[in-house]
Amino acid sequence: MQSVHIVSAYDEELKYLSKRIAAMGGHAERMVEQAITALVNADPGLAQKVIHDDIVLDEGQREIDDKAIVIIAKRQPMATDLREIVGAIRISADIERVGDLGKNVAKRVAAVTDGRQPTSLFRGLEALANLALTQLKEVLDVYASRSVEKIGFVRDRDDQIDAMYTSLFRELLTYMMEDPRNITPCTHLLFCAKNIERIGDHATNIAETIYYIVTGDQMPAERPKGDKTDKVVLPGTVPAK
Amino acid sequence: MADLDAEQTSTAQPIAARLWNSRWLLAAGIVAVLAVYGFAGMSAYVVLAALALLLAAALLPSGAARQSAEDAAAIEASGLQRLSGEYLAAAVADPLIIFDRAATIVHANAAAFAAFGGIAPGMSLSLKFRAPEMQALLDDLLSGTVASDVVDYTEKLPVERAYRVSASSVGHATDLYVLVFKDQSEARRIDRMRADFIANASHELRTPLASISGFIETLRGPARGDPAARDQFLQIMQNQTGRMARLIDDLLSLSRLEMKPYLKPGTEVDLRQTIDSVIDSLGPLARETGVVIERDFVEGPLEVPGDRDELFQVFENLLENACKYGQSGGRVTVSIARTETGPEAGIDVTIRDYGPGIPEEHIPRITERFYRVDVENSRTQKGTGLGLSIVKHILTRHNARLSIKSEVGKGAAFSVHLPAR
Repeated sequence: MQSVHIVSAYDEELKYLSKRIAAMGGHAERMVEQAITALVNADPGLAQKVIHDDIVLDEGQREIDDKAIVIIAKRQPMATDLREIVGAIRISADIERVGDLGKNVAKRVAAVTDGRQPTSLFRGLEALANLALTQLKEVLDVYASRSVEKIGFVRDRDDQIDAMYTSLFRELLTYMMEDPRNITPCTHLLFCAKNIERIGDHATNIAETIYYIVTGDQMPAERPKGDKTDKVVLPGTVPAK
Repeated sequence: MADLDAEQTSTAQPIAARLWNSRWLLAAGIVAVLAVYGFAGMSAYVVLAALALLLAAALLPSGAARQSAEDAAAIEASGLQRLSGEYLAAAVADPLIIFDRAATIVHANAAAFAAFGGIAPGMSLSLKFRAPEMQALLDDLLSGTVASDVVDYTEKLPVERAYRVSASSVGHATDLYVLVFKDQSEARRIDRMRADFIANASHELRTPLASISGFIETLRGPARGDPAARDQFLQIMQNQTGRMARLIDDLLSLSRLEMKPYLKPGTEVDLRQTIDSVIDSLGPLARETGVVIERDFVEGPLEVPGDRDELFQVFENLLENACKYGQSGGRVTVSIARTETGPEAGIDVTIRDYGPGIPEEHIPRITERFYRVDVENSRTQKGTGLGLSIVKHILTRHNARLSIKSEVGKGAAFSVHLPAR
């Protein structure tokens, strides 16, 4: 009787961990979504709300860390269980970072909306955010269903996000060169785009952790690539003689 | 009065039934009493008393009678008891999920599977529905704070959908709970469409309008007596109104797509036949632009689940673009290939042109509304900036994927991957 009781309590604890992760994930998704909405609609109220909400994620991450340490100490987990617990620690850290990045976008809302920027820029940012959020959502869905065989999509979408980010980068540079007064808002938008791109990267990290939790193997090594903004040079950026 | 009658019959019926149930014993008793009377020569009063006693005994409610009454009640109630929860769930048109105290999915009906891919019995509900309001709803319900509750839940990606979710416990002490999702997307989408329409379309409609009003001003003023200028101006104005009309057509078709919640399942489309008719319908355009359309179709049946009219529009838009913008290449290839195995099984349709191609930095963005690679070229080709948005929208609804590959100077290839199932 005793052993049954212990195992079920142990199961409960593991379940609690994944439930907390899901709750954190949902919260992070919502924060990023609202930060982008605040940016596009120039809504400082919503941005403030996002900034205040970040505390929930910080708390969640601390709680998961504590819980995981306690479980490791108490249950001496092996194999899948151990991977599950270590994975939970890593995923919660990634989600917490996603929340921070969302918060950072929200913080820039006031600076960007001072002067109205061309709507096409915001549309581009929105599209980029949609890609990153879809990535995050699908990854967290895989965490729920544990169907890692579908995880290949993560890489595809990562390429799309990088391509979109590079394109936005170019566009922002063009606006800055057109009129120096654009430099302040465009720099903020550039950081927003970078943050969103980072969110996609964190989603990819989470996918890799899930793959490891389920299979016990590392995801096959990624081919070398990334965004190409390090090579973007616009004509005329060379100072005139 | 009627009530009283009913009551009388209801009391008379059990008495008759009891007599009938004990008829054999009663008859045997009466025969025995009469036999004793005949042989022993007792007084008639004693015999009458004995008969009365027998009758009274027969009228006492018997155990069997009580049993049969319970049977009858059971038969009456089993009308609902025999109904399995599964059938009941399947009969509900809205997505419905039954789950237990640990928030594990016990059963989900077909509508729920269609609406939220990737759910299965045994999966945790709180892992799938991560939105903060859904988490709060589940927590409240499972901790027993509330017996039932209603929240609004929106899913933004991949297609925006809004639900009103009602959650409640099922029966008494069954430890089961149910979630019912009522789709509110349409109302939400109409609101959004209105806002989008005003934001995007007003700018697009304003440009031709401004030029028309400019020409009218000129015609009434400086060019009043100049027939050559008048002809030229009227021609330009006609072009501009044509552009506005096309724009409105495209906006309407986009809004129609957005208004339909999601694809109705079950219909199959024959891609070979659909694409053949697209090529036929674009024959005149191809001749006009001097483009040869080549076919490269794989053998065998090419059927995918989907909506024929919508897929027709997808391939029409793609092929039209290929003919217009890839004109300089002189030919366009339409190829269909099949992927049989793996998670990506399905059919790939590739439309390839050999024109100038699309610069790499534009590729990720050309499906955005009103995004144009080359504004001037798009205007002269009578583009509205919505064609690829419509394509993207339809493909998302079909769970399909559009991938674009292009090299500047070598042309562009638009591939549509349609999942087989």
